[in-house]
Amino acid sequence: MNNNNNIEMRAVYAQTLIKLAEEDDRIVLLEADLMKATGTTVFKNKFPDRIFNVGVAEANMVGIAAGLSAGGKIPFAASFGCFATRRAYDQFFISANYAQQNVKLVGTDPGISAAFNGGTHMPFEDAGIMRNIPKLVVFEPCDPVSLGKLVIQSAKHKGSTYMRLHRKAARVLYPENEEFELGKGKVLVDGTDVTIIATGVIMVNEALAAQELLVKEGISAAVIDMHTIKPIDTELVSRYAKKTGAIITCENHQIINGLGSAVAETLSENYPTLMKRIGINDEFGEVGTQDYLQGRFLLTIENITNSAKELLKKKKASSIKI
Amino acid sequence: MEDIELKKLEEKANEIRKMTIDEIGFLGVGHIGGALSVVEVLTVLNYKYMDISLSTPKKKDRDKLVLSKGHAGPALYCILADIGFFPKEWLHTLNKGGTNLPSHCDMNRTPGIDMTTGSLGQGISSAIGLALANKIDKIEKKVYLIIGDGESNEGQIWEGAMAAAHFKLNNLIAFTDYNKMQIDGYVHETMNIEDLNSKWVAFGWFVQRINGHNFRELEMAIDRAKEEKCRPSMIILDTVKGKGAFFAEGRLDNHNMNFNYDTAKEACRILG
Repeated sequence: MNNNNNIEMRAVYAQTLIKLAEEDDRIVLLEADLMKATGTTVFKNKFPDRIFNVGVAEANMVGIAAGLSAGGKIPFAASFGCFATRRAYDQFFISANYAQQNVKLVGTDPGISAAFNGGTHMPFEDAGIMRNIPKLVVFEPCDPVSLGKLVIQSAKHKGSTYMRLHRKAARVLYPENEEFELGKGKVLVDGTDVTIIATGVIMVNEALAAQELLVKEGISAAVIDMHTIKPIDTELVSRYAKKTGAIITCENHQIINGLGSAVAETLSENYPTLMKRIGINDEFGEVGTQDYLQGRFLLTIENITNSAKELLKKKKASSIKI
Repeated sequence: MEDIELKKLEEKANEIRKMTIDEIGFLGVGHIGGALSVVEVLTVLNYKYMDISLSTPKKKDRDKLVLSKGHAGPALYCILADIGFFPKEWLHTLNKGGTNLPSHCDMNRTPGIDMTTGSLGQGISSAIGLALANKIDKIEKKVYLIIGDGESNEGQIWEGAMAAAHFKLNNLIAFTDYNKMQIDGYVHETMNIEDLNSKWVAFGWFVQRINGHNFRELEMAIDRAKEEKCRPSMIILDTVKGKGAFFAEGRLDNHNMNFNYDTAKEACRILG
């Protein structure tokens, strides 16, 4: 589980919730027959009366969470990302959000991390469809430290939230005492030639690796961890658009309607900038190892570095005035 | 039930029925059918059984009502106005732009509404959540739930049915407003839900079947349901859609109907 600098994300999720539950008796959990997968059995051991497994009934789970919220609780409800969102969309939309309740929805195994579960279990559009729910906060932590801190933030947030949770081990990228704020992206590496805005475990790590390769080629790339996709940190995006003149977005998600779209929306209205969206390009998922799937869907370091160089060429060409 | 109490409840129901017809008629269009069929159950719950809290913020230790067939909101609004949650003048603002009384129950706009409903099938899950919260906090109050027969086509109703029994929610008392009609016609011709009693029994609920307009039967059934120690209760109400409105009662097109204020006033005159 714990391997030097790698810590299992779902273990952090469960431990954070246990700590929250010890301090606040309003915290309750819901599962839809995926307690083992989410890793919340440890929570059940500590608080057996505060976790409800509804079996394979995601719509019911989300509705029950809304009712628990109306009864004064702070419910965290988890399932695989596709089922938590696509399947229970109207329930989350109406019973949780339209009703102004406090449901913390968690979609596990984002994007290609569903691996062998394949195309039926791969949420490539979950963050996107969640973005369309008014006032909902949508976020995806990229490492164990930010996960713990952002879960605490979401528990405090007045209103519903949706979090994409990578279940397996992830590299620790932040010091333990780092502070986070929902809606405020983090600059992991500063740079001047191009900005790589990434979200989630897989793509933030790929972005950092790409940045190191680009340095060797004399290209200074900034890397931003945009953990919150909604509300998008428009100030940070604009600042780096002005600073670097070229933006690449990287997400373990469709390029339609997710991080890339959110960044493109704010850029085109505030500071139109050369852009390239990296992510799944309007395709369904399929089975494979994570490595295979990264290659299959071009969620690779190579794609990021090539895109950076292409953008720089375009940047140069557009700045030549006759 | 003493005769005097029966008379009071029947008079109150009649008053609420007239207020509902007046409210919707003033606007000129609305869900008159399904609002009128639940007048008795809403009356007996709100005036005889429920420990309601008018204070702000509401006390946690109170009975709650989830009107899952949220389009019957207009009937409940009349009761809430009568009890004192808001001025009766509001009733004529039904569905007007910016109103506090929208077509479907909204807990954030209307004082006295315990849960937002309207997308059919969802209220049962919310009610289960409220009942579970009561269990956690050891609050010995009830959650009452009213669902529709057309609504019973929704899969989520049965997810909820399964879960409520599994969680032994004896503090959840539900009613099906079985008025036998949905939008596209009779329930048994559109999407048959029979045998309804057996379905709920099979899902592990304590089931009773009564005349939903008879207060003595409502009293007996609710009293019996409140005694349950380890399973939720379903009281299936045989009702008439549009009951009491001469222009709507028993008509297949009364789910959402146009009628003008003169017609409404005539209907109220008939009800006396």
